[in-house]
Amino acid sequence: MEAPIRATEFLRFTLLSLLFFVCRSSPSHDLLISNAERRIDLTSHIVKVYLTLKVENAGSTPTSEILLAFPPTQVDHLATVEALVTKGKRKKTTLARLDVKPTELPDAPNGTKYFTIYLANPLNSGESTTLEVLYLFTHSLEPFPAEIGQSESQLVYYRDSALILSPYHIKQQTTFLKTPSTKVESFTSMEPTNRAGTEMKYGPYEDRPPYSFSPILIHFENNSPFPVVEELVREVEISHWGNLQVTEHYTLVHGGARHKGVFSRVDYQSRPNLNGVSSLRYLLARLPPRVHSVYYRDEIGNISSSHLRTDSRKSELEIEPRYPLFGGWKATFVIGYGLPLQDFLFESSDDRRYLNFTFGCPLLDTVVDKLTVKVVLPEGSKDPSAVVPFTVEQHLETKYSYLDVVGRTVVVMEKKNLVPVHNSPFQVYYTFKPIFMLAEPLMLASAFFLFFVASVAYLHIDLSIRK
Amino acid sequence: MAAVANMPVSDLLKSFKLKTKQQELLIRVSILCLVYILAFITRLFSVLRYESMIHEFDPYFNYRTTLYLTQNGFYDFWNWFDYESWYPLGRIVGGTLYPGLMVTAALIYRILHFLRFAVHIREVCVLTAPFFASNTTLVAYFFGKEIWDTGAGLVAAILIAVCPGYISRSVAGSYDNEGVAIFALLFTFYLFVKAVNTGSLAWSLASAFGYFYMVSAWGGYVFIINLIPLYVLVLLITGRYSMRLYVAYNCMYVLGMLLAMQIRFVGFQHVQSGEHMAAMGVFFLMQVFYFLDWVKHMLSDTKLFQAFLRITVTCAVAVGTIALGLGMLSGYISPWTGRFYSLLDPTYAKDHIPIIASVSEHQPTAWSSFMFDFHILLFLFPAGLYFCFKRLSDATIFIVMYGLTSMYFAGVMVRLILVATPAVCLISAIAVSATVKNLTVLLRSKNKGVQTGSTKGSSSSKASSKALLDQSQPFQKNGAIALLFGAFYLLSKYATHCTWVTSEAYSSPSIVLAARGAHGSRVIFDDYREAYFWLRQNTPPDAKVMSWWDYGYQITAMGNRTVIVDNNTWNNTHIATVGRAMSSYEDEAIEIMRSLDVDYVLVVFGGVTGYSSDDINKFLWMVRIGGGVFPVIKEPDYLVNGEYRVDKGAAPKMLNCLMYKLCYYRFGEMLTEYGKPPGYDRARGVEIGNKDIKLEHLEEAFTTSNWIVRIYKVKPPNNRW
Repeated sequence: MEAPIRATEFLRFTLLSLLFFVCRSSPSHDLLISNAERRIDLTSHIVKVYLTLKVENAGSTPTSEILLAFPPTQVDHLATVEALVTKGKRKKTTLARLDVKPTELPDAPNGTKYFTIYLANPLNSGESTTLEVLYLFTHSLEPFPAEIGQSESQLVYYRDSALILSPYHIKQQTTFLKTPSTKVESFTSMEPTNRAGTEMKYGPYEDRPPYSFSPILIHFENNSPFPVVEELVREVEISHWGNLQVTEHYTLVHGGARHKGVFSRVDYQSRPNLNGVSSLRYLLARLPPRVHSVYYRDEIGNISSSHLRTDSRKSELEIEPRYPLFGGWKATFVIGYGLPLQDFLFESSDDRRYLNFTFGCPLLDTVVDKLTVKVVLPEGSKDPSAVVPFTVEQHLETKYSYLDVVGRTVVVMEKKNLVPVHNSPFQVYYTFKPIFMLAEPLMLASAFFLFFVASVAYLHIDLSIRK
Repeated sequence: MAAVANMPVSDLLKSFKLKTKQQELLIRVSILCLVYILAFITRLFSVLRYESMIHEFDPYFNYRTTLYLTQNGFYDFWNWFDYESWYPLGRIVGGTLYPGLMVTAALIYRILHFLRFAVHIREVCVLTAPFFASNTTLVAYFFGKEIWDTGAGLVAAILIAVCPGYISRSVAGSYDNEGVAIFALLFTFYLFVKAVNTGSLAWSLASAFGYFYMVSAWGGYVFIINLIPLYVLVLLITGRYSMRLYVAYNCMYVLGMLLAMQIRFVGFQHVQSGEHMAAMGVFFLMQVFYFLDWVKHMLSDTKLFQAFLRITVTCAVAVGTIALGLGMLSGYISPWTGRFYSLLDPTYAKDHIPIIASVSEHQPTAWSSFMFDFHILLFLFPAGLYFCFKRLSDATIFIVMYGLTSMYFAGVMVRLILVATPAVCLISAIAVSATVKNLTVLLRSKNKGVQTGSTKGSSSSKASSKALLDQSQPFQKNGAIALLFGAFYLLSKYATHCTWVTSEAYSSPSIVLAARGAHGSRVIFDDYREAYFWLRQNTPPDAKVMSWWDYGYQITAMGNRTVIVDNNTWNNTHIATVGRAMSSYEDEAIEIMRSLDVDYVLVVFGGVTGYSSDDINKFLWMVRIGGGVFPVIKEPDYLVNGEYRVDKGAAPKMLNCLMYKLCYYRFGEMLTEYGKPPGYDRARGVEIGNKDIKLEHLEEAFTTSNWIVRIYKVKPPNNRW
């Protein structure tokens, strides 16, 4: 049902975009791209696109903004965009990261979405520079057939354009696609198109005007499981007694082709290479070093199939869900672990404390649709503020844990559509007086003291009425 | 025991300049504290071995209801209609359970949260039973103190803390009614005995509330409401009638009855059910007795009184009989239930109610399980009875009666060993305490010459032993030492036995199975939870699952799916329908399953792992229960010459019935054991008889990694063209 609709939508989109490039004369900029090379990696379920652009300023005024264009269907699945610029000549090249921000243009043709790359140094007229752009798409491989049996392999569609969508004139462009195996059912041909082994080459195409678009559809085998965490809630609780407790609640789903019909354990156990190849058998979580008290459980109890390997630089937790996940099957679980506080909590120069921890999901090669990070500050902390390298939604909550009177401040950060690239450190700053650490032990001590006083009093006081 | 402990510690205590009374208090309190802690931690084996989880079958229902109670509040819980069980009938949960356990756990949970202990409700539920077991030791101490002396109380507390008969039902995770009910039972008895001993209205009132708690917690309250009247009757017959007894019983009965009526599941049973009539009869008898006593007091003439007595008794008996007869005939008073009958007559259930007989814990007790659960208490029990009879009082008569009746019931049903345990522990404690006290008195009096007996108990035996002492002192002394060592040896044996039994036999959650692997390593079979979690995550939320009733509670609690039948076996016909479906051919079964809207069928199969309590081994009960309602199902069809087989020689109906097909579907291709043909069933040790199983209306939906749980999906009907 879904496929035909998508196809018509696509057709319409193509026609419209063709119309656009006919009716629009030239972009507002005088930039042009002398050479573009695009490498699309389709081996996992996260589509990685490496774009190398050689940008030339053909106009008269210097400019420092370069636009990247995306069709609206892709921009929904776009997880991240990064741009790097090569500096230096020949062998001594270094890469410098550039700012990339989403931009709205008033006259965007056909809902095209833009990202602006801000160059560190303006590009003078006649100069050229080379940009490396990396962007990742999630949920962009559409399983077809949408439902497969246990012994079938998983085939997916990938849709894109053979020509790079750009507001600039592109003199020469080539697109390479890498598929996980040599098994490609079909692909759209647009001369010159070559296929060799697991790689496909579209182009080179010469002198394409702005907003050129030529849809392609590739149908190929991708038997890697598609682990998608629909929702992940990470709770990081700081205890100034020396422990950082992390609790992660996962809702995991296999995002590949849905499982249809029988699940046969005999076949699955006896012929694992032919049966359920795309099933998700285990996951690997990369945890910080010196992790302790790791647990892996769900609503109904501990899950015994997990292994922890630790060394001085990292810890790896290999977890198996209770059952192998076939396409469309779900599993929810919780991972928790403790970490030594001194590895993550520091004092800043202005006498505040800050937690330096990793945003994102520790599971490897996983897409997270929605991530909530909660940092539970110790009771009595004030003025929390979070510094995150990308935009997140933030708010504060209060949580009551053991022996809390006023409750703990919780900094909540939410972000959608995450990929492993987002596993970068973030900081939460707050002020805390160490005297608050003593509140809870003192409360307990006084409770015990009162209990003993009451016992002593009881033994010494005679309450009987007679006598 | 206290006396033994007293000697080495006393020097130390003297340095603290404590008076003897203070010393005694300190030792007593510290022993009680240790026992309290011991009772708790000895029940934590299961948590250490496995995890903090709910065990077995019924506790899962209790856990689910407690969860509902904490989430939705008491009134929603009270009015809860559960659509997830007994599809399509449903179950009025609030009116068909004993809410005491859930309310207790929810209350503990609320209190802990009020005190800002952010515990999960599961932890509360897991630890409820050990917590109440600890409280039971305190009650046992006070009870022992009431019927004998402090020493007996302490010994009783220690014995009951580790007694396997009680531990079997109160390990951590065994979140069942019995966990709190034994505490409530013993507490009620203690308060009642206290009321009888003091004649105080306050104690009697307290015992009425204890009884109310017991009624709210467990169906075993029927034991109380029959034992106490019986005890009163015995006291009346033995001429021990007193005003104290009158006050205690009347207050306890009337208030207890009124309070018990507040529990919806019990309702008006106290006045309408045959099982409760004994208490009412004794209540009226008490009034007659009191009246006669008063008349006797008023009338000085004995002869006149004799005549009056005769008339009154005749009238009372006649009125009572007529009232009872009329009540029975008009159906106002319901006759005894099957469960009650099966208690009085152990063979009753086997002939009439297969569903009761099919439960393993309802079987008559084997001698070995008595030994297993009581160990030395089995020998100490008669000795304790001897001491009780030697010092007969109202309290000792009570404990003797409690011990003897509960021992009888323990013999009828395995699970009732639990009820007998407190009595056995108390009576044995009397034996231990009295013996040890006599022996130590012997030893000490020799050392210090004539000593003023600070101990009250067994003064007569002490006196006689003193007389003997003068004649043959060395022999007496050695004998006493030897006997003391013997007692110490026996008690230490008891302690090791209890620990061993607890850790080996009673700490398995039976949801997670553990076995020893080929290299001695521990292998965990977590198949049940694998299957239930699969159901929970990957089936439609309104899917109906058909399985044998044993797994009903677990499927609803862990799988969160609707079941056809569950462990609350209130509707025999419904269970029989499922039994019939399981024992029919597939095309007949599909009709039944379609009529019940079944989407999934779940079977438990141990052929791969050698797990013996699976559905194939339970299958004859399904046939029997199904056949009890639907005569089309006949047990001989599944047997060959009266023998139950699954191999080639099995009955044709057996080889083709639904249960067989579902369990062994594609098992014929499976190599289970080296050197055996494919399709070798390890649980029964045979090669299966039907290896080529085709399913027409069902398809395999999920099988767990060790094949213990297999789930099948009912296919939608075929299109007509």
